[in-house]
Amino acid sequence: MRRRALAGFAAAGLALSAVPFFGLPAFYESFLYLVFHWIVLAVSWNILSGYSGYFSFGHGAFFGAGMYTTATLATKADVPFLWTLPAAALVAAVFGIALGAVVFRLPRLRGELFALLTLAVTFVLATIVLNTSIDGGPGLVLSAVPLPAIGPSPSSTFYLLGLALALATLWIAREIQRSKLGTGLFAIHDDEDVAEVLGVPTYRYKLAAFGLSCGLAGVAGGIQAMFISYVTVGETFSIAVPLYVVLMSVLGGSRHWFGPAVGAAAVTALLYAFTASDYAVAGRAAVGLILILVILFLPEGIFGQAVGALGRRRVSAAPAVDADDLSAATAAAPGKTEGETLLEARGLSKAFRGVQALAEVDLEVRRGEILGLVGPNGSGKSTLINVVSGHFRPDSGRILFEGRDLAALEAHRIARTGVARTYQIPRPFAHLSVLENVALPAMFGRGALPRAEAEREARRWLAFTGLAAKARALPGELNLHQRKFLELARALASRPSLLLLDEVFSGLTHAEIDDAIRLIRAIRAQGATIVFVEHIIRAVMELTDRIVVLSYGRVIAEGDPRAVMREPDVVAAYLGKPHA
Amino acid sequence: MALPSLTLLGQSLLSGLFIGALYGLLGLGLSLSWGMLRQINLAHFALAFLGAYLTYQLAGAGMDPLATLAVIVPCFFTLGVLMHWLLARFSVSTFNSLLVSFGLTVIIEALIQWIWTADFRRMESAYGEVKFRIGALYVALPELLTLALAVALSLLVWVWLRHTYTGKAMRAVAEDAPIAAAFGVNVRGLSLVLSGLCAAFAGVAGLCLALSYTLAPGQIYAWLGVVFAAVMLGGLGNPLGPLVAGIVIGVSEALTMAFTAPAWAPLVSFSLLIVVLLARPGRI
Repeated sequence: MRRRALAGFAAAGLALSAVPFFGLPAFYESFLYLVFHWIVLAVSWNILSGYSGYFSFGHGAFFGAGMYTTATLATKADVPFLWTLPAAALVAAVFGIALGAVVFRLPRLRGELFALLTLAVTFVLATIVLNTSIDGGPGLVLSAVPLPAIGPSPSSTFYLLGLALALATLWIAREIQRSKLGTGLFAIHDDEDVAEVLGVPTYRYKLAAFGLSCGLAGVAGGIQAMFISYVTVGETFSIAVPLYVVLMSVLGGSRHWFGPAVGAAAVTALLYAFTASDYAVAGRAAVGLILILVILFLPEGIFGQAVGALGRRRVSAAPAVDADDLSAATAAAPGKTEGETLLEARGLSKAFRGVQALAEVDLEVRRGEILGLVGPNGSGKSTLINVVSGHFRPDSGRILFEGRDLAALEAHRIARTGVARTYQIPRPFAHLSVLENVALPAMFGRGALPRAEAEREARRWLAFTGLAAKARALPGELNLHQRKFLELARALASRPSLLLLDEVFSGLTHAEIDDAIRLIRAIRAQGATIVFVEHIIRAVMELTDRIVVLSYGRVIAEGDPRAVMREPDVVAAYLGKPHA
Repeated sequence: MALPSLTLLGQSLLSGLFIGALYGLLGLGLSLSWGMLRQINLAHFALAFLGAYLTYQLAGAGMDPLATLAVIVPCFFTLGVLMHWLLARFSVSTFNSLLVSFGLTVIIEALIQWIWTADFRRMESAYGEVKFRIGALYVALPELLTLALAVALSLLVWVWLRHTYTGKAMRAVAEDAPIAAAFGVNVRGLSLVLSGLCAAFAGVAGLCLALSYTLAPGQIYAWLGVVFAAVMLGGLGNPLGPLVAGIVIGVSEALTMAFTAPAWAPLVSFSLLIVVLLARPGRI
C-alpha cells in the first residue's frame, strides 16, 4: 500500500516536473506555482486544524514568520536563498510550538476561542514586525537576491520549488493521517478528554501537529517571499491567508489529507479566472457564496463527500472472528495471586470550590474481585473514578496501583499502566467507526499494538460484546444499549488489569441488564479486576464480591454486600434518618 | 521619549473615550448574538460598513444623516431576521456560523466595492463642522453622538434584558433554549427579534462610522480584532460589557499612542485579548 503510494507520488512528481522543459509559457508556470503554494498552505493547515479540530486562524502568522525569515536572512545577512528555507521552517515551527505550549495547556481554549486567539496572535506579530527593525515600515525588497537556476527560467524554478514542497506536504499529511499520530488527532477532534483517558498523549500530539503544520507554512512563506520579491506587513499578515486556507480545506473536505488540495486548486483557479477577466470583485463574491453553500449543503466538503459515497459502496462484510478465542485476551498476568492489593487509595481528597467531593477516602481494591461502589447521588463515586483515571488531579492523597502512584500521572500514562474506564453517558468518537473506536485503546493502551493487530483485537472485543455486525457503523447509528456495550468493548480493548465501570446499567431495560450482568461475569472470568459504580441494587447484589459505600465524599461502610446494605448508616444515607 | 503635554494627554484620553464608545457600539450586537444566540457573526462588521455607505449615499442625496436611521434601521432589522432564519434553518453550529458569516462578509465587501468602488469615501455633513470647547480641549459633535448612542443603546438593552418580561424570556433562551421552550417561551420568535436587533445596531454603528471616518471596503477588517477584544473582555451577552471594555481599550490605545508611536496601538487590544483568553477562558 505504502510502496504503491510512494510510486504514485514519484510518478506524479516526475511527470509534473517535466512540464517546464516543454516550453510552457511563464504565465502558466506562475499560475501553477500559485496552485502549489495554496495546496501547501491548505494541506499544512489541515494537519492540525482539520485532523484535530483545532481551527487555527493564525496560519498567516506562521506563513508570515517564514516570509520574513527568508527576506531578512537573504537581504540583511546575504544567506543564499535556498538555505533560508530550512531557517524559515524552523522559525515558524518554533514559534508555533511556543504558542502551542501555552495554549494547549488550557482545556477551554478550543473551537472558536482557539480560532480567535490565533488570529489575535497574527496581528500582534504583525504589529511587532512593523514597528521593529525586522521591517520598520517600508517593507523588504528581495529583487537583488540571486535565484538559483533550478529550472530553465525563473518562473519554472518557482514552479519546481512549489511542486516539490506541495508533494512533500501531501506526503507528510498522508503519512500522518495513517499513523498513530493521525489516529490520535482524529480522536482529539471528537472528544479530547476521552482520547486522553484512553491513552492518547493529547498535549504532545497537538504540539507535534502544530509544529509540523507551522513549519511547512514557514517554507511556503519563504518561497513566496522570493516569488513576490517585495514583502510588506500589510500584505503578509492580512486576513486573506487564514481565511482562504480555511475556505479551501472546508470546501475540499478537512477529514482527509487530499481534501484541502482539491479545495486549494479549485479556489485558486476560480480566483485566477476572475482576476484575469474584469470581474475580480464578482470572483471574490462568488468565493464567499461558495463558502456559505458548502457549509450549509456539503459539510464534509467536496472530496469528503465523494470519498464518503465511495466508502459506503465498498462496505464489506466483516471477517468472521471467533469470539471464543479470548484466551489471549485475559488481562491478569500469570503468577499474580488473587486477593492481593491491586489498587490502594490513601487519604484521597478532592474539592470543587466549596464542595468536598472526596474527603480523605481510603480504599483498597483486591486483584480479581468485583468491587461495588455505591452511595446516593453526589456522594463522590464518579469523582473517585475521575480521579483514579486521571481526569482530575486529587488535592491530596495517594493512589498506589501495582506499586506506582497514579496521583501525579497524566491520564494517558495512567491508561498505559492498565487502568480503563467507561462513561455513564457513553462518549464514543462520533466520526470514527465502531471498529476504530475500539481499536484506538488497543493502539494507545498498555498493549500499544500496531494498527492491524489492534483491529484484530478490536474485532474480538466487538464479537465479545455482540457488536461484530456493527463494526463499520458510526456510533450515532447505535442504540443506547449498544453504545453502552461499545463503551465496554473500548475499555476492554486496552486489556486493562483494572476496569472502572461508571453506571453501565443505567437506562437499560430489564432484559438488557441481564445481558450486561452476563457480560461482566465473563469479563471477570478472564481475570480483570472490576470496580463498578451502580445504583441498580439488583446488579450490585448479583455481581459484587465486596461493596464500599460513599456518602458526602466519605467511606461510611465496606464489606460483604448483604451485610453492608443492612447497616443503619447506609440505610440512613439512602433513605434518610428515621424520626422517632 | 518626551512626555506629552497635559493638554495633549487630555485630548488623547478624550479621543480614547470616544473611539472606545464606537468599539462598544460595534461590539454590542456582536456580543449579544454570540452570547445569547451562540452565533459568531463576523458579518456584523460588513453590515456596519454597509450601513455607513448607505448613510453616505442617502446623506449625499440630501437627507440628514440622523434621519437616515429611519430607513437603515428597519432594513437592517429585516436583514438580521433573515440571517438568523437561514442559520436556524440549517442548524448551523457556533463555529460554522463564523465561517458562514465570513462568506457573507466577503460578499458584502464585494458588493460595496462594486457599488462604491475601492476608493476612499468621506461623508460631508453639517455635523462634522460642529465642535465644542471644554477648557483647552475640543470635542467634535459626531464623537459625542457616538458616545450618546452607544450609552443609550447599551442601557436600553440592559434594561430590556433585566427588567422586562420578554427580556427575561430572552435570557432564559440564552441559558437553555429547549427548557425555555418547554416553559412556553417563543424561542424562535425571540431569537429572530434579537438577531434583527443586532443587525439594526450594526446599522447604527454604521452611521457613527460614516460621521467620523473615511470609508473604504478594506477597512471592514481593521475593526475586527479590537472589537472582538472588547466583546470578550466585556463578557459575552452582557449588554454593558462591550461599552465598558471598549472604553478601557480605547483609552489604553490612546495612551499607548501618546507615549510611543501610533503604529504600536494595535498591540494593546490584541495583547489584552490574548491575556483574557489565556487567563480567564472560563468567562467566555
